[in-house]
Amino acid sequence: MSIGGIGAAFSEALSLIAAFDHQVLEIALLSLQVSGLAVAIGLLIGLPAGACLAVGRFPGKQTLAIVANGFMGLPSVVVGVVVYLLLSRSGPFGELGLLYTPTAMVIAQVVLVVPLMAAISRQVVEDAWREYAEEFAAMRFNWRQSVRTLLYDCRYSLFVAVLAGLGRAMSEVGAVMIVGGNIDRSTRVMTTSIALETSKGDLPLAIALGLVLIALILLLNGLAFSVRNWAMRRFD
Amino acid sequence: MANGILKRLFVASAFSLAALGAVAADSITLASTTSTEQSGLFGHILPIFEKKTGITVKVVALGTGQALDVGRRGDADALLVHDRAKEDAFVAEGYGAYRKNVMYNDFVMVGPTDDPAAIKSASDAGDAFKKIASSAATFVSRGDRSGTHSAEQRFWKSVDVTPSGRDWYKEAGAGMGPTLNMAAGMGAYTLTDRGTWANFKNRQGLAILYSGDAKLFNPYGAILVNPERHPHVKKALAETFIDWLTSDEGAAAIASYKLGGEQLFFPMK
Amino acid sequence: MSMFPISASDLRFVPNGHAVLQGLDLTLGGEGISVVLGPNGAGKSVLLRILCGLLVPSGGQLRWGVQQDCPAGVAMVFQQPIMLRAAVIENAALGLIPLGVGRAERQASAWAMLERVGLADRAKDSARQLSGGERQRLALARAWLTRPRLLLLDEPTASLDPSGAEMVERIIREIRTEGCKIVMTTHNLGQATRLADDVVFMANGRVREHVPVGEFFRRPASEEARLFIQGELPWQMAF
Repeated sequence: MSIGGIGAAFSEALSLIAAFDHQVLEIALLSLQVSGLAVAIGLLIGLPAGACLAVGRFPGKQTLAIVANGFMGLPSVVVGVVVYLLLSRSGPFGELGLLYTPTAMVIAQVVLVVPLMAAISRQVVEDAWREYAEEFAAMRFNWRQSVRTLLYDCRYSLFVAVLAGLGRAMSEVGAVMIVGGNIDRSTRVMTTSIALETSKGDLPLAIALGLVLIALILLLNGLAFSVRNWAMRRFD
Repeated sequence: MANGILKRLFVASAFSLAALGAVAADSITLASTTSTEQSGLFGHILPIFEKKTGITVKVVALGTGQALDVGRRGDADALLVHDRAKEDAFVAEGYGAYRKNVMYNDFVMVGPTDDPAAIKSASDAGDAFKKIASSAATFVSRGDRSGTHSAEQRFWKSVDVTPSGRDWYKEAGAGMGPTLNMAAGMGAYTLTDRGTWANFKNRQGLAILYSGDAKLFNPYGAILVNPERHPHVKKALAETFIDWLTSDEGAAAIASYKLGGEQLFFPMK
Repeated sequence: MSMFPISASDLRFVPNGHAVLQGLDLTLGGEGISVVLGPNGAGKSVLLRILCGLLVPSGGQLRWGVQQDCPAGVAMVFQQPIMLRAAVIENAALGLIPLGVGRAERQASAWAMLERVGLADRAKDSARQLSGGERQRLALARAWLTRPRLLLLDEPTASLDPSGAEMVERIIREIRTEGCKIVMTTHNLGQATRLADDVVFMANGRVREHVPVGEFFRRPASEEARLFIQGELPWQMAF
């Protein structure tokens, strides 16, 4: 595409944002809902899992930590296909009829973000654990109490995990395309509509949507960082 | 505490998602092809159908081969695809209850305007393919078991060319749009349906170089996924849709879709 | 079941072949303040950690009363207490979590305790922004709140200014009057004379003397103790 094309894309993006284009708004909202929920569930699973990996002493701990680290880069297409096969009518969870619904997209994204969030959580909590281990032992904390207290203590550092998860979930296209089906007004999110516009050869519109997505992610990051900085000034 | 915020966030998202799923109570899933979706046809006819019946049609756009797979697994209620041989096999194997003719459009051969293989002067479609092979001009194939891919393979076979593995033959393994993007970027030939081409914006130096042979005829069929094999199929709703597509009303809706003043799909009624 | 007397005989601690305790004998009764003195490297901190159950001796015998395992009711304040990134009140209440005390009750008890150590007005502030003295008082409050029978203090006033140290000493005396046994280390001989009921003098991983405080300073039995009191014994020296 020419330089002029990119310029056109920018002005199209601006006009999309300025006009509050109804369809774009709906798509962006669905992206936020799906990825937001996936990250919320990912938080509830990934952060405690990571903290347990940091604190716990059990066989296979090292292996699990390596798996979590490795799965940070899990190809989203692979996750998409696996979740597709699980949710398909002919698959083990077919009776639920979840394929091609936003719920299916949430499930796939949870699978994507949990290893990422667990790996970051493990790193953050392990650093804190080194500092607290003796103090907690003297107070006779059991591992559950240690995990809970450490997660609480690291809550602001763990914002990074949340942001990383949100970034991963909102920007991936492979999994949601396969399990969501990119159905108009139902499972079409920012990334799948970008893929669709690209395949229609409407590159300026694709880039415009991409800019909207990037702006959205930046906005969320900005918000999260200001909350975190405010809190850290207060407690650190 | 952070926990409380989390819980509230979780509950709120769950509710909003539940609400989202609840909107389309009367809906069917239609597995169809990228060519129909990207030509803009569905955007034109589905609102007409929805207004009349209140049924939402959720379109999953894939290649014909993938769409048939989705139907085989029972993940769609109906199919609208274009590969007659595979469609008939699908019904014969019991995956589909029946197939009905809906409409047709045609394939066109696009390529760089300087036309190094000189297919403009081809005597028929087969000749055009032969010219591309003999001049070793770059050709981008869908390579994705789609209806268009099947049609292309039939043409190579009809002129006794085995293009697979040749330097000039690139298999994209992608939908029609990405394949056109590739062809545009490489200045290559490819076979496309007229609808997708009409709606395709990134043409660069590509143009239609050959069209009009009756062999380029591209019929679309609607199939009801067999409810006996997949009991959850919304038979009544899906049949309402297929019946409408093949009715005078549906035909009129299809015929009235024009892009740049050009009619893209022709009802077979 | 009482955890006293605590008795150690021929206690050894040899991590990675490096002898820290080498045949330590000690008996501690259930009352008063025992101050552990001795040059650096004598094994004082290690002794406290073993009494807290944080380190397992490599050899010898250790009994808390008749029990072989470290019982409940032992608390410890470290030289550098670690505070959560949270409010003072949350940190004060921390020690009650393992005791299964509910959140509301934890907060209420912590409030009362902060009043006693003079930190009530800082309750909502960040614990990590406290001064050294305040931090040490908070650590004492955190430990005291669990109602221990044995409280172990590792250098509780190291690097505090005199007024900070004085407040900490006042709290330590108050805890003692409530009947809690205190074992503490210090490098401050003045503090030892002010607080101690008895002195445990350690050198080279052994207890050299364990006598009432007056006796220790008036008539040190060993040559090392005499030199130590006179300040002539270098902190880092090996005997």
